[in-house]
Amino acid sequence: MSQHSSTPEQIFLTSRDLTAQHLQATLSTALEKRADYADLYFEARTNEVVALEEGTVKKTSRSLSQGVGVRVVADDKTGYAHSDDITVDTLQIAARTARTIAHETGSPQIASVQGIRHPQRDLYSLPTAPTAIPLAEKITLLQRIDEEARRYDPRIVNVMASIAVEQKHVLILSSSGEMVADTQPLLRLQVSCIAADGNNRQQGSHGGGGRMDHHLLFDTDRWQTFAREAARQAILGLEAAPAPAGTMTVVLGSGWPGILLHEAIGHGLEGDFNRKKVSAFSDLLGKKVASELCTVVDDGTLPNRRGSLNVDDEGTPTGRTILIEKGILKGYLQDKLNARLMKMPPTGNGRRESFAHIPMPRMTNTFMLAGESTPEEIIASVPRGLYAVSFGGGQVDITSGKFVFSASEAYLIEDGKVTRPVKGATLIGNGPDVLTRISLVGNDLQLDEGVGTCGKEGQSVPVGVGLPTIRIDGLTVGGTQA
Amino acid sequence: MELENLATEVLEHARKHGATAGDVLVATGESFSTGVRLKEVEKVQQSQEKRMGVRLFVDQRSAITSTADFTRETLFSLIEETIALAKATAADEFSGLPAADMLAKVFPNLDLYDSVSNLSPEEKVALAREAEAVALSADPRITNSEGAEFSSGDHEVLYANSLGFLGKYRTSSYSLTVVPVASHNGAMQRDYWYSSHRKFDKLESPTAIGEKAAERTLRRLGARRVKTQEAPIVFDPQMAASLLRHLAAAISGSALYRKTSFLLGRLGEKIAAGGIWVDDDAHIPSALGSKPFDGEGLPTRRTPVVEDGVLTSYLLDTYSARKLGMQSTGSASRSFSDAPSAGTTNFFLKPGTTPPEEIIRSVRSGLYVTELSGFGVNPVTGDYSRGVTGLWIENGELTYPVEEITIAGNLLDMFKQIEVVGNDLDLRSTVAAPTLKIARMTVAGE
Repeated sequence: MSQHSSTPEQIFLTSRDLTAQHLQATLSTALEKRADYADLYFEARTNEVVALEEGTVKKTSRSLSQGVGVRVVADDKTGYAHSDDITVDTLQIAARTARTIAHETGSPQIASVQGIRHPQRDLYSLPTAPTAIPLAEKITLLQRIDEEARRYDPRIVNVMASIAVEQKHVLILSSSGEMVADTQPLLRLQVSCIAADGNNRQQGSHGGGGRMDHHLLFDTDRWQTFAREAARQAILGLEAAPAPAGTMTVVLGSGWPGILLHEAIGHGLEGDFNRKKVSAFSDLLGKKVASELCTVVDDGTLPNRRGSLNVDDEGTPTGRTILIEKGILKGYLQDKLNARLMKMPPTGNGRRESFAHIPMPRMTNTFMLAGESTPEEIIASVPRGLYAVSFGGGQVDITSGKFVFSASEAYLIEDGKVTRPVKGATLIGNGPDVLTRISLVGNDLQLDEGVGTCGKEGQSVPVGVGLPTIRIDGLTVGGTQA
Repeated sequence: MELENLATEVLEHARKHGATAGDVLVATGESFSTGVRLKEVEKVQQSQEKRMGVRLFVDQRSAITSTADFTRETLFSLIEETIALAKATAADEFSGLPAADMLAKVFPNLDLYDSVSNLSPEEKVALAREAEAVALSADPRITNSEGAEFSSGDHEVLYANSLGFLGKYRTSSYSLTVVPVASHNGAMQRDYWYSSHRKFDKLESPTAIGEKAAERTLRRLGARRVKTQEAPIVFDPQMAASLLRHLAAAISGSALYRKTSFLLGRLGEKIAAGGIWVDDDAHIPSALGSKPFDGEGLPTRRTPVVEDGVLTSYLLDTYSARKLGMQSTGSASRSFSDAPSAGTTNFFLKPGTTPPEEIIRSVRSGLYVTELSGFGVNPVTGDYSRGVTGLWIENGELTYPVEEITIAGNLLDMFKQIEVVGNDLDLRSTVAAPTLKIARMTVAGE
């Protein structure tokens, strides 16, 4: 089945002879017992990966998946069933399974199924679906990346690069009768280099992408930047000294170091954890949780970003949610269930990995707004500390509030100057107080290049982060030099 | 027979359309999970799953595709697409199926299946409810819960290739997890405990799981930081297993031929302290990692990888073995949309003779690690830096809980500095280890 040019209604309904009556009947079955609402989530996606290694493209893979998930919600209970066959029969079976969560009898209020609504704005309308990019074009690009990275330094001994694309169609029908469709493209280019000097071997990685036109990656110098950055990081690692250990002033560079916000506060502000009062941020709404220099937002409406969506996976339009304003905790990230139970508006953050998963509150693009200091002033203000500019992953325990994120490129700051590179190290802190120690915020807000994937309860979704250069007065650096 | 026929038909269709070789992986099954929170059912989830992965070769070129749509029309068009993709990629002299005479001919009965049919959804809910109730009533400081979850699965895996291999096996799985939340003086902590097994009867009781989850959560209350220092580190069995996962990644074929392993070129060398023995054993009856044949149809086996501290074997699949000029160890693991790569089956560090209490008693001042967080492990260099939650050991006793600190070192040094191996190995997951004591690492804190 070709899904490059088909619309969600063709893929899910017309081609399967599914009508509004069938959908109505499924909702009726789902809502036969007393329930608050139900929804159907149809999904079809194509994923392709083309990978280069040792100078040639030897690996290509394509994967097709499709299915429907039926959910019934009663109070705070969720019943869920899914099937990778989409037929009148499987819909009925799934609806009957999902409704077992509800026991009390009730009189169902089924609104009639309306026509398909398309989101009012389109944040990622593309001239070509990413899955329609000719294979030859991808292979050529990967080979040029290989050459570019090796040209950077003769000590680059291997280059691994890949282009991963996804085209996802969704159709979401809720028991209010509203039906919304969306087509969500995604593209990611990743480069990893190995540098070797004698027995000293190091790896560097860089990449980027988004829900974007591939020409903006393929036909500009962005891919060259990725290749050179991966090579530069690998070479830099060859001369990195052991990292310091202990609590010190840390300056985070702009962009991807925004993973700090994602781990330190983002997860802790997701509605489910706060409704259950298991988050270190529970009951802190309106309280000061950061220095007044800090304003942090989650914004799913940025055009072409990896973390953006026209509508979330429950059909709610995404928005811009202020989480922290001048240091004061202002809001949580909500899906429908948690918003209803907390008597707050949904924020368009109900997301799920696929039709086989129950939606929950998730971040989109999470970043701190720019301040007034220049990055140079910030570094010059530090007598001794760590300047961390690139990171691997992070993790948080939302209940204790303790979070970690691991620097992959960092330098010592000595007497207000960036001096020697040091090896990667994990930084660890406490979510509810780390932002109170931010003493300077730069004027150089940048969003990351578009590589982030967030995991929660076994579900992965694409996200973005962003940060201006910031100074944190006291964060624990987990190096080896005590 | 239907899936066997389908797999054979796919390979036949591929051959007719120009594929010179190929293989097919098919998995089907169903799973159920239910969550209970604060004594009420919170979630019931049921799924039917199926998926097929097809890898086709045109001489030394190959491509992989996967789908959940088993209609002939979709499969046949997918096969033609796969062949076209394969033709567009570069030839790889090491690619291809294993030699025909290496394929498994007999399949050991590993007792991996236990029928779930006689367990009703209500009984499953009751198990989760009971485990949570035990945790909630363990202590007044257990004030909240992220719930308890029971899940079960029933899956069948079939693998066939164009050399005539066809094998399949069926597995069942059961697990029960509880996540209590404790609070004291305004600070909250959560921890968990779980049990997971292929046999329902072998699951730990809801009472045992609930009690252990409560105990693990309560002992974290009042956690503080410690000063930056060097100290001996004791890893509890779960955290010791995480060190073994880093070892497994470093001896797997792809990390070696890509030269991204800190153990590159160390075969035959001492990489750990004497007295360290590590096996990968696919034949342990009913174990979670056991399988009768590997992801390429080769026989599985027991492979000793570290013997008295010396690295004696890598874990290899056919491709990485050819790249390295070695033999496959029957370690191929195959996913639907990726080529086979070497992985572990049941990978464990053999127990020593020292009880864990005695290991703790041997430490005058040091750290007992019960949780590690973050991704601060560099596979290329072995450099290691992770966040820690645990308990501080003073004069041989576990004293106060600690958090918001890190430990750092280098994996190779850490393996060489293992001073004591506990006698408490428990194969509760596919990678397992007993309590381990490492002589010294850097602790970063205040």
